[in-house]
Amino acid sequence: MDGFVVQFVNGLKTTVLLALVSGSLGMALGLLAAAGRLSRWRAVSAGIGFYTTIIRGVPELIIILLIYFGGTVAISAFFGRYVEVNAFLAGVVSLTVVFGAYTAEIFRGAVLSIPAGQIEAARSLGLHPWQTWLLVILPQMLRIALPALANQWISLVKETSLISIVGLTDIMRVAAIGAGSLRAPLTFYLAASALYLALTSLALVIFNLLERRFAVPGR
Amino acid sequence: MLREPAADHGIRAERIQKRLGGNDVLRGVDLTVRPGEILSILGSSGSGKSTLLQCLNLLTVPDRGDIWVHGEKLAIRAISQQGGQARILDHRQVRRVRASMGMVFQSFNLWPHKTALENVTEGPVLVKGIRRNAAADLGRHYLAKVGLSDKADAYPRHLSGGQQQRVAIARALAMEPRVLLFDEPTSALDPELVGEVLRVMAALAGEGRTMVIVTHEMAFAREVSTRAAFMHRGLIEEESPPQEFFSSPVSSRLRGFLASHR
Repeated sequence: MDGFVVQFVNGLKTTVLLALVSGSLGMALGLLAAAGRLSRWRAVSAGIGFYTTIIRGVPELIIILLIYFGGTVAISAFFGRYVEVNAFLAGVVSLTVVFGAYTAEIFRGAVLSIPAGQIEAARSLGLHPWQTWLLVILPQMLRIALPALANQWISLVKETSLISIVGLTDIMRVAAIGAGSLRAPLTFYLAASALYLALTSLALVIFNLLERRFAVPGR
Repeated sequence: MLREPAADHGIRAERIQKRLGGNDVLRGVDLTVRPGEILSILGSSGSGKSTLLQCLNLLTVPDRGDIWVHGEKLAIRAISQQGGQARILDHRQVRRVRASMGMVFQSFNLWPHKTALENVTEGPVLVKGIRRNAAADLGRHYLAKVGLSDKADAYPRHLSGGQQQRVAIARALAMEPRVLLFDEPTSALDPELVGEVLRVMAALAGEGRTMVIVTHEMAFAREVSTRAAFMHRGLIEEESPPQEFFSSPVSSRLRGFLASHR
């Protein structure tokens, strides 16, 4: 059992790292996608609408398997010999793609809820469009999007457990190995649950602090 | 960019057309605003007055027609036969022109996450590159001018509608614009708050500023304007100095309009 404490610590690190990297990349992708979705160019907007609809409509597990096996096939073909995709990398790519699709819709909704008059006021002063984004849209959009983003981050932390299916040694995989080798499934899965619960609780606390930080004074 | 301090030619709009939502909102309007002039634009709702005002700084791009601001012709492409939208060709020019025309909106449009002072100073800082502390002095000066020295650190939500609109006026003034555009500045205000905003506007008019005011405040327009225009169905039906405009209107529609707004 003692050996598994170390393994759980390593698994926890992997889970946290995977969540942070794919969450950050996913939010950046989501912001870009939201901007594109709101763009005047109809082809861009339609293309991104296609992306978010498809990704949100397919189970995450299938997306992970498709990217893992599809990635392996593509890279093997490129090098002319069998190359297996790194499980962590496959996890980052698939969770980023998924997280980007969900957050894109959250950001888009948040931007649309900012009164058009505020943007007109910025334009009437002669502000450049990117100045308008930084001054008026972004700060208010983040505030509006925070509650939905908190939900999405919690889902992300839990979805990282799916990457264990392609062999990533995260909390979930450590629990599965321990449960099998020591024949104590309940102990190991309860331990894993406690770790995930601790992570999601921490995420909630952080988002509560952020909501307070971004609150409109006087509301 | 340095420019010659050329004579201020005011604003000239010719044959402005705009179609919105299947309606011909503007049907070939001509409008001149001379420097130092205070022009009131009156008319029923839907007559196109606000759209015309928004065309002057291209917040709305007219489908057809030409606009000159301070002697400079705005580069816009007219709507095409194939259905291509009218659009701005020179965004840099338009930003420069907008910065020289302060606009005050019906619904104030202050940024709720910024204090009154920040609302006033962001324009000078971001558009004119004025340093933050110099801009703060400028902002306090214009907040004082609209009687809100003590509200610099207040957020819009803590201000009454009249106070918010005065902050919005200070925000426009802080850009030190050559023209002020008012789009029904008192229409969203409770009646008891209209007076404080009109008093600020009257004081500005007394400074010889160039102002274009879309309004329903007949008494104010009569008292303050140097010229009044009446719009009806996307055209200017009548324009004249206020004495003639209000006392001996020519058009029967204007007579009817004035009678119904007494």
